[in-house]
Amino acid sequence: MFASFDFDVIRRSFGYLFLDGMTFTLTLTGLAALGGLIFGTLIALMRLSGFKLLGRIAGLYVDLMRSLPLVLVIFWFYFLVPYIGQWVTGSSRPIQVGAFTSSLVTFIMFEAAYFSEIMRAGIQSISKGQPAAAQALGLTYRQTMRYVVLPQAFRNMLPVLLTQTIVLFQDTSLVYVLSIPDFLGAASKVAQRDGRLVEMYLFAAAVYFIISCLASFGVRRLQARIAFVH
Amino acid sequence: MNYHWNWRIFWEPAPNGTGNYLDMLLSGLVLTIETAICAWIIALAFGSVVGVMRTLPSKTASSVGFAYVEFFRNMPLLVQLFIWFFVLPELLPHGSGLWLKQIPNAPFYTAAIGIGLFMSARVAEQTRAGINSLPRGQKLAATALGLTTAQAYRYVLLPMAFRIIMPPLTSEFLSTIKNTSVAITIGLIELTGEARAMQEFSFQVFEAFTGATVLYLLINVVVVIAMRFLERALAVPGYIGGK
Amino acid sequence: MIEISHVDKWYGAFQALKDCTTSVAKGEVVVVCGPSGSGKSTLIKCVNALEPFQNGQIVVDGIKLNDPKTDLPKLRARVGMVFQHFELFPHLKIIENLCLAQEKVLGRSHAEAVAKGSKLLDRVGLKDHARKYPAELSGGQQQRVAIARALAMDPIAMLFDEPTSALDPEMISEVLDVMVDLAREGMTMMVVTHEMGFASKVAHRVIFMDQGEIVEDALKTDFFGSPRSDRAQKFLSKILSH
Repeated sequence: MFASFDFDVIRRSFGYLFLDGMTFTLTLTGLAALGGLIFGTLIALMRLSGFKLLGRIAGLYVDLMRSLPLVLVIFWFYFLVPYIGQWVTGSSRPIQVGAFTSSLVTFIMFEAAYFSEIMRAGIQSISKGQPAAAQALGLTYRQTMRYVVLPQAFRNMLPVLLTQTIVLFQDTSLVYVLSIPDFLGAASKVAQRDGRLVEMYLFAAAVYFIISCLASFGVRRLQARIAFVH
Repeated sequence: MNYHWNWRIFWEPAPNGTGNYLDMLLSGLVLTIETAICAWIIALAFGSVVGVMRTLPSKTASSVGFAYVEFFRNMPLLVQLFIWFFVLPELLPHGSGLWLKQIPNAPFYTAAIGIGLFMSARVAEQTRAGINSLPRGQKLAATALGLTTAQAYRYVLLPMAFRIIMPPLTSEFLSTIKNTSVAITIGLIELTGEARAMQEFSFQVFEAFTGATVLYLLINVVVVIAMRFLERALAVPGYIGGK
Repeated sequence: MIEISHVDKWYGAFQALKDCTTSVAKGEVVVVCGPSGSGKSTLIKCVNALEPFQNGQIVVDGIKLNDPKTDLPKLRARVGMVFQHFELFPHLKIIENLCLAQEKVLGRSHAEAVAKGSKLLDRVGLKDHARKYPAELSGGQQQRVAIARALAMDPIAMLFDEPTSALDPEMISEVLDVMVDLAREGMTMMVVTHEMGFASKVAHRVIFMDQGEIVEDALKTDFFGSPRSDRAQKFLSKILSH
């Protein structure tokens, strides 16, 4: 069954696959996770603040991002970001943005909604007595969040956040719809150029599988260790 | 802004002869719903079986269940669709492979099965969580009455477990609907695909994608409301939300 | 020191406090008792502005709570509070629990804060537990740390919200002993509790609340000897029969 396949194509394109493709994927994952976390924290705080208007806006944003397929959001930002750039910099024409920037903006904005929900759940799971005790000692709202609530909430939500990052890692493969060269895109290019679809796609599947498996295993170990402290 | 808005584009005829652009989007919507429902049926069927397997005392059953879930969870959906669509026909004996490649509507079947199996892993996890959240005494009481394991699951555990997991299952169903968009890469022109086509034909980028956005939001609202009705109809008195 | 005048408080449509008026003088120990839902926890939480109130006025050491110019965090730093569920910060060591507010609110240096914290831990009998985490301590120990944490701020008054209700019976006395010492040293205290033994030992006055109203507000001897209202009598008989 495997006689007519040429698995050597994998070895020959190793450099391109990993130095170009996987670097793109991992960089995108890392930066999007970071950006999504920061932006997501902001949104979560907006929703949890007492101000109804802020909460509503943040809520609408989260609901919107969670209702739309990621593919559609990728298309949206691909076309929208040049116009936003034009508006922000006041130039006369839409700004040309690279594939990486466009993808980065997309994933930060999209993942922020999911991260914010995880964080909101984490913060709300802290008993109300904790901020009450902090306030009773005279700490301001900001100090209460910074020294008492958020440290505890982050410890609770860390495993879930990491799992969501693994999902993000897999989701980056969808930049394929814009022919952007991430790891899957690179594998696909080689597959189509050399006519070796089976080998390349099986290889890509195996790589994603191994990385995700190892990462999930790591998160499970982390979860076990954190649980003990409480 | 150099963009030229034209909201009347929806009523202008589409170049592929199927009516106007709005009809294009709507036909995409129909395909999205059909694919999602087929995938969801597969997901529920396989997922509940695997979920139950993971809660059984038998080591083999729970290991197989674990392997199943890990297999479908650790690969991106897109890669899975490529495997089903491009790789499977090549791996089968020549005759079967050829037959597979020539099925009409191959993207539809591939998408339904591929997405269905991908989601079945998530349904399995929800089912497992639901069963595990039941008080331990339930299974003991059922066994004490003389019910076999199969009967205990069928008449005692699963009815309650499914009611408990209805809210998370609703969001999994919504995920299934969203995931159909990934199939545009294997040629399934569902709602997102039609929006992309509309954008490419008419150059009215934002109108096209706004149309798709509105339709997706509509689906969300309809599904959420329908699920709420279903939950209420099936609710067990005094046991709201399974708590 | 603490003056509460004609305070009303609503949670939505439900009125939790109805026209409450009382006061606590410097050095006085006032016990607040009553059945569940009577509003006693709500009243005490209004005193350090953890809960807002709609009508009336509360004045603490001359500072009006409803005045928009009042710096509430600074006020709260001067009034200590001890909670039913201890509410130690689980991610911080015991000594860090004691230092956090000293450093961030009072601006003390870390060395000062640690010195003060250690002294207080010693005073409540927990000197050796400074570097442990709250989860490693028993309930009674945690509550004593909570009292030390509040005392570290050098408060002018201390509020206690059912401090022993969540404790196993054998740990109640170790906490009450600390509170008795505090009272004997002249601390102004307002204590919500069911522990009538404590009340009869150190309280000056007892307030009885029911359904959001202050039904009785009498000197300890008067309250225990001859309570004026029927509701207070019924309540006392139920509690004291144990």
